[in-house]
This record gives sequence, C-alpha cells and structure tokens, in this order.
Amino acid sequence: MADYKRPLPQPTPETQHFWDGCRDGEIRLQRCKSCDHTYFPPRDFCPACSAREVEVVKASGKATLYSYIINHRPRPDFGEEPHSIAVVQLEEGPRMMTNIVGCPQTPEALELDMPLEVTFEKATDEISLPKFRPAK
Amino acid sequence: MKQKSVAVVGAAETTQMGKIPNQSQLALHADAALNAMADAGLTAKDIDGVATAGDSPVETAHYLGITPTWVDGTSVGGCSFMLHVRHAAAAINEGLCNTVLITHAESGRSRVGARRFSRDPQSQQGQFEVPYGITNPPSMFTIPALRYMKTYGVTEEDVAMVAVIQREWAAKNPRASFRDLITVDDVLNSRMISWPFRLLMCCLVTDGGGALILTSAERAKDFPQKPVYILGTGESVETPMVSQMEDFTTSKAFRVSGKKAFDEAGIAHSDVDHLMIYDAFAHLPIYGLEDLGFCERGEGAAFIRERNTAPGGKLPLNTNGGGLSYMHSGMYGMYALQESVRQMRGIAPAQVPDAKISIAHGVGGMFASSGTIVFSNEAP
Repeated sequence: MADYKRPLPQPTPETQHFWDGCRDGEIRLQRCKSCDHTYFPPRDFCPACSAREVEVVKASGKATLYSYIINHRPRPDFGEEPHSIAVVQLEEGPRMMTNIVGCPQTPEALELDMPLEVTFEKATDEISLPKFRPAK
Repeated sequence: MKQKSVAVVGAAETTQMGKIPNQSQLALHADAALNAMADAGLTAKDIDGVATAGDSPVETAHYLGITPTWVDGTSVGGCSFMLHVRHAAAAINEGLCNTVLITHAESGRSRVGARRFSRDPQSQQGQFEVPYGITNPPSMFTIPALRYMKTYGVTEEDVAMVAVIQREWAAKNPRASFRDLITVDDVLNSRMISWPFRLLMCCLVTDGGGALILTSAERAKDFPQKPVYILGTGESVETPMVSQMEDFTTSKAFRVSGKKAFDEAGIAHSDVDHLMIYDAFAHLPIYGLEDLGFCERGEGAAFIRERNTAPGGKLPLNTNGGGLSYMHSGMYGMYALQESVRQMRGIAPAQVPDAKISIAHGVGGMFASSGTIVFSNEAP
C-alpha cells in the first residue's frame, strides 16, 4: 500500500506486540499478573501497581463510543468530507483513540455509548490501524 | 507558607499584540522582558533568575544579557508560566536567586522565528493518536466535551454562552482582539471547526508575549509598583494523550493543582474576588469552575449562563476577554497571569472594584497539565 498518505505509527520495542496484533487482526492489551489490571497504551510494567510481571491478552474487539468530534478542518489525506476522531471504551476497560467507520460521519449516526466492533485498516504490510464500526 | 513571602514587582505584555509580522518570536520575548523590567525599574543586570517555556531560557537569558544563578525551562504547555511562578517563589525563598524574570512570547500567527510543530511517530501520541487525524488543538482539546455534555445535559447553546459572556468583558478592553458583542446564534452559526465546536468557541491565534518579575515580599516594598503577593500555588500533570484522561468530565490535573493552591493560600472560595481560567476553548471555563470547586460537578455551565461570571456578576471571570476574545499566541497562561496582576494593582480596563484576591488557573497541552496561582494585593 505504497499509496497510504496518512501519518503512520512507528512501533518501539515496548509497543511492537500491539502493532503485530493489529497486523494479525486482533487488539492485544496487557494485564498485570499481580493486580489483574488491564491497560493500554502498551508498556512493559503495570501502571497501576508498578509490577514488571505483565502478560499480553487478546481483547474481544467490542467497545462503546465514549466521546468524539467530527473534524471539519482540511485533512485531504482523510478525504474531502468531515471525519470522526473518537475515543472508544473497550470491553476490557481501557480506552483508545480511533476513527468510527462504516457509518455516516454525522451527530445523528454517531451516538455516544453505541456498541462498536473493531475492524482493521491495512496501511502497509507492517501496520494496520484499529478502527471501529457500529456493531452488527 | 513560604510562598507568602514572594511578590510580583514587574508585569507587562509586549508593546504590540495581535499581528506582529515585523518582530521574531525571540524579539517578542525581549520586548515583553524590557517592558516588565521598565515597569519594575530594573535592567538585565538586576535579574538573577530566568524562566521560560517553549523556547529555551538559555536563549532568552543570553539574548537579554542576563547571567542567572537559577533557571527554569519547565515546558508543559500554556500553563508553564504558572509553574514558573511557583518554582520561582520556592527558589527565592530558598535563596537560590533574588529577582526572577519569567517570559513568554510566540509568533503564533505570523510564525516569524517560531518553532515548528512536529510529533515523533515513535512517541505515544505519534503511535496512538496522530494516525487518526488529530492535527492541532481544535481536533484534540475538544474531544472530551461531548461526554461531559451528555453526562450533565449541557447543550451546545450553553457552551456558546461562554463565548458570548467573555465577549462582554472583551468589549471593555481596548487591547482585546475582538470587541463586538455576539449572540449565542452568532456562535452557533460561525464556521464548524470540530463538531460540536464552532469557530467562536475556539481561541484566537495571535502574536505577542508577556513577562513577570518576582522578588521577596520584603524587597517588593521598595519597587515602584504596588506589590502583588503570591498566597498559594499549585501544579500537576495528567497525560500527554487526551484519549487517556482518567475521566472526560473532569481534569485530574485541575483538581490537584487547584486544591494545592487553595490549601497553601488558606482561603475559602468565597474569598475570591476575581478569577482567570485558561480558555483555549469554550468548555474549559466550565471544567475549571467545577474542578477548582467554585461549582458542583455539572453545574458550571448553568453558573455561567446565569451570569455569575459576567460583568456585574459575583465571580468576574476572564475579565480581559480571555483566549476566546482577548488574545492567544499559543501559551495563554502568561496573559491570564498578567490580567490577575492588573486586577490586583487596580489598573485593569475592566477593573473589579475592591478586588483583593485573584486566582489565575492554567491548562497545558490538552488537559495534560495545570498550574494555579492565588494572588493578593494585601501582604500576607
């Protein structure tokens, strides 16, 4: 996908598992082996209790819409029409920024707390971005 | 309460404000600094402490000809200057320096000698926010607002009212960028930027700067201007990514910073005569009023709509017109501090009669950081 024109993430050693997961079609979160806290973004220790023993866990891909804006300023790389920039609440607890896709980019179509499911948008052979669409 | 023994003895903004294509950002730092030094009756030789944010305090110190024994380059966004005041007060009390100069300048509009804004694609924000199309504050700072509005039943009209009332204050200020009164309909009909935010709910983008000079309260009595004492200070940070705020309806950094400043000052909310809350966008004064404890959670918008913060109200707020109408060069915290100092000196264009205690509360980044300063014109 040499024609992908939008900004791309560059993984670091601590985040590589997350982006590998997205490439393979799943969201990989981390969970603390001491206090059971599930968290995002990735880091190799628990932000709740500072323990270093953590494990990677697969998320369900289910989420709800926590908050968003619809960007009306020019972003030609995102197309001519306004587009959503959203924060979703994952079923497992953590929140992440994303775009809501597969529905009109309007306040009427984007209702807070609506159920969503992850879909992966392939940008390059290495990077796929987790996006969310209304749950079927 | 060590901070009680420090005062502002010099305060000034740049000579020009708004659009200043004939001066670089560095020259604007110097212009603000020279104006503040003149205000305090000092020259660079009298300054032994330097702080700035965004740009390097090394650069401003050398450019102005200052050899400091204390420097602070804390740069956590637009509230950095509140943190500088706090750190300077501690440094002066500790004897690290005697006379501190804090400067801000930004060629925010003309971009002459201004920093380039870029995000490392390996940073957390570069990996987990930038790919989704965030560009600049209007597409980030605004994201929590919808959750707040749904939680508390706050309407777009309520948010628009913040801008309407601040324009009433700006109308009284000859230096304000926008002075014509506006209505809720004007705000809602202005150009859509980031739904639900319209243009008039967003701050200006201007050129300008400001500077403060602080010294011990004991020395302050010998300066030409009426000293403005620092009663209490607070600071905190939360997250570099707005998506990772703990709760989108309240800022943890605001709450921690505000409480620290109130506790240190030993004042009650009813003691506060004048308030500045950094308003990069129209929802911020609502969050600020609640997180500082002036209102219960969810009541900030009604408090503003009912004209408590408007001219003639019981809690005058953002009396220079704020970032929405006065000016906003990029790091507005300095201008909030300047207006608090003017109010405490009794020389503000929209002066609050008999005001004795003023609070300037700042935000940095997108709810990333916060700083709070409690000022008084009465010696503690």
